[in-house]
Amino acid sequence: MSAADHEWPLWEIFIRGQHGLNHRHVGSLHAADAEAAIRNARDVYTRRNEGVSIWAVRADDIVASSPGKKGPLYEPANSKVYRHPTFFDIPDDVGAM
Amino acid sequence: MYAQMVKSTGTGVKSLDEMDPRERAFQERIDAGEKIEPKDWMPEEYRKTLIRQIGQHAHSEIVGQLPEGNWITRAPTLERKAILLAKVQDEAGHGLYLYCAAETLGVSRDEMTRMLLDGRMKYSSIFNYPTLTWADMGAVGWLVDGAAIMNQVPLQRTSYGPYSRAMIRICKEESFHQRQGFDIMMKMANGTAAQKKMAQDALNRFWYPALMMFGPSDKDSVHSAQSMAWKIKMNTNDELRQKFVDQTVPQAEYLGLTVPDDKLAWNEERGHYDFSEPDWDEFYDVLKGNGPCNRERLAARQKAWDDNQWVRDGLLAHAQKREAMKVAAE
Amino acid sequence: MAADPLFELLLRMGDNTLILAQRLSQWCGHGPTLEEDIALANIALDLTGHTQLWLGLAGEVEGAGRDADGLAFHRDVWDFRNTLLVEQPNGDFGQTIMRQYLFDAWHVLQLEALRESSNPQVAEIAEKAIKEVSYHQERSSETVIGLGDGTEESHARMQAALDLLLPYVGEFFANDAVDEIMKEAGIAPLPDSLRSAFDEQITPVMQAATLTVPDTDFAHSGGKSGRQHSEHLGHILPQMQWLQRAYPDASW
Repeated sequence: MSAADHEWPLWEIFIRGQHGLNHRHVGSLHAADAEAAIRNARDVYTRRNEGVSIWAVRADDIVASSPGKKGPLYEPANSKVYRHPTFFDIPDDVGAM
Repeated sequence: MYAQMVKSTGTGVKSLDEMDPRERAFQERIDAGEKIEPKDWMPEEYRKTLIRQIGQHAHSEIVGQLPEGNWITRAPTLERKAILLAKVQDEAGHGLYLYCAAETLGVSRDEMTRMLLDGRMKYSSIFNYPTLTWADMGAVGWLVDGAAIMNQVPLQRTSYGPYSRAMIRICKEESFHQRQGFDIMMKMANGTAAQKKMAQDALNRFWYPALMMFGPSDKDSVHSAQSMAWKIKMNTNDELRQKFVDQTVPQAEYLGLTVPDDKLAWNEERGHYDFSEPDWDEFYDVLKGNGPCNRERLAARQKAWDDNQWVRDGLLAHAQKREAMKVAAE
Repeated sequence: MAADPLFELLLRMGDNTLILAQRLSQWCGHGPTLEEDIALANIALDLTGHTQLWLGLAGEVEGAGRDADGLAFHRDVWDFRNTLLVEQPNGDFGQTIMRQYLFDAWHVLQLEALRESSNPQVAEIAEKAIKEVSYHQERSSETVIGLGDGTEESHARMQAALDLLLPYVGEFFANDAVDEIMKEAGIAPLPDSLRSAFDEQITPVMQAATLTVPDTDFAHSGGKSGRQHSEHLGHILPQMQWLQRAYPDASW
């Protein structure tokens, strides 16, 4: 067994905070199994009451977009500028919107 | 600044024209303020330098647990005990975030730990000094964390995404560390004669080691120039040291304590304090392993590693058994 | 009986959490992994918080002007009311985590009962503490299972830890005069009433951990009554209390 085989696997941790926002990636940690990953996440990443729900995903299981394909993946969104609120020019008189 | 004397292996900063197209595109992204992410192409030297720097920073956090951990069981009130424990625990957390950031560059935490233990990787010289009285908990928070923050705040803007995100989290959590140190110092400096004496003694012992944390002058160093071009180092050592002195001297005055430097004086023309350099021979001795506590610090890390191998193996073996049972049941 | 029984009860609660937190905090910076290091520190922090509440209330009840710090830092061995289990040395990580689990299993039951206390301040502290302590038990039980069922070495170490520490469990469940009065007043449960629930808690955990619970009824005692502590407490206190004792005029 090589030295690396001894190491607890790496997990990516996602936490949903108090206010109902989406789970957000907060960082990683090592744990022997999924249950331990959740417990470790509670101890490591919610020391200041940051979250109410924790997801743990094996880092190896994350499928990521490849950086080279950045153009094709994101270009369609970039062209839909109307999705962003600042696209619309609202007169000041209208007030907050 | 928990990363001292990190050498990039580059031979000097190339101009954009001297770079091959990939390298040039990389440098242009950095110049434009973009973050480099783990799967992006990066020069091998950038990767290696970052591993050394983030690794050293991570090691400093966990070795840095020891001098303060030394006083948790002796803290003078329950509240001080809780605050100190929470702070030293944060340092373990910061070490963890940084190891994880370094792991995205293709080195495992265990590998980095082995490199720390066999001396291939270093940690900050400051943690090789002893903590002798309760006032040292104040001095460490005030001076050592204060010096670290000088470096960590700009590093939030560093070019490597995972490192930058780790620093953002660390800076957010660390905001209370320096304050709790200064709070201890205030209590001591305004306390009994014995407490005041402890406070002055702590400042005397930690002042120069704190100045050393920034490393020797690097204004002519090619390594530093390369690291600055890559935005993994944001300021020169001298800039940060000056900033630290300028910020700290008035605080010492407020406490009614004397900075142990006869040459310390405000320089109207420069708009900065003039101050004495620390003893750089001592600094190199400490780096070589001859500081007051080098042996104890590494021995403690080695013991934690060796004595608990069975724990890491045991929990992993159990997890593997359970996984095998799950698979068999499917 | 010399002291107020409620004061005694509160010291028993607060001294258990104080001494165990002191023991656990010795691990800070020396844990098996950073994750475990951080987790142990969290438990120590929670228990220190509980100590402030229990001893704070004890000081109020006593009415002699002592606060939680006064009680923690200015009493000697014979005044401490913690069980012998929590003053046992950390040993290896297995011993620490076994001690923790055995304590947690009792602690959860005790706090569940104290939540129903006729004394509203006691009930309030129990209500706050139980959430944290339930998590302590979840973590320590899973760690005991993982290490008991891990490798040959980890199994052997956990079995040794259980054999060593089980004789310190009985003390938690032995009734005495203080307990009788507290039960009568509806303030706290009779210790022996928690025993069967404790056994029901630990039996499946030890089974999953492939550990054999030693077949012995023997129980060390003397901690919670203060009659006779182990020598270990006499080393914990001078370290913990040294600054307060050496500089009695100082405030920190």
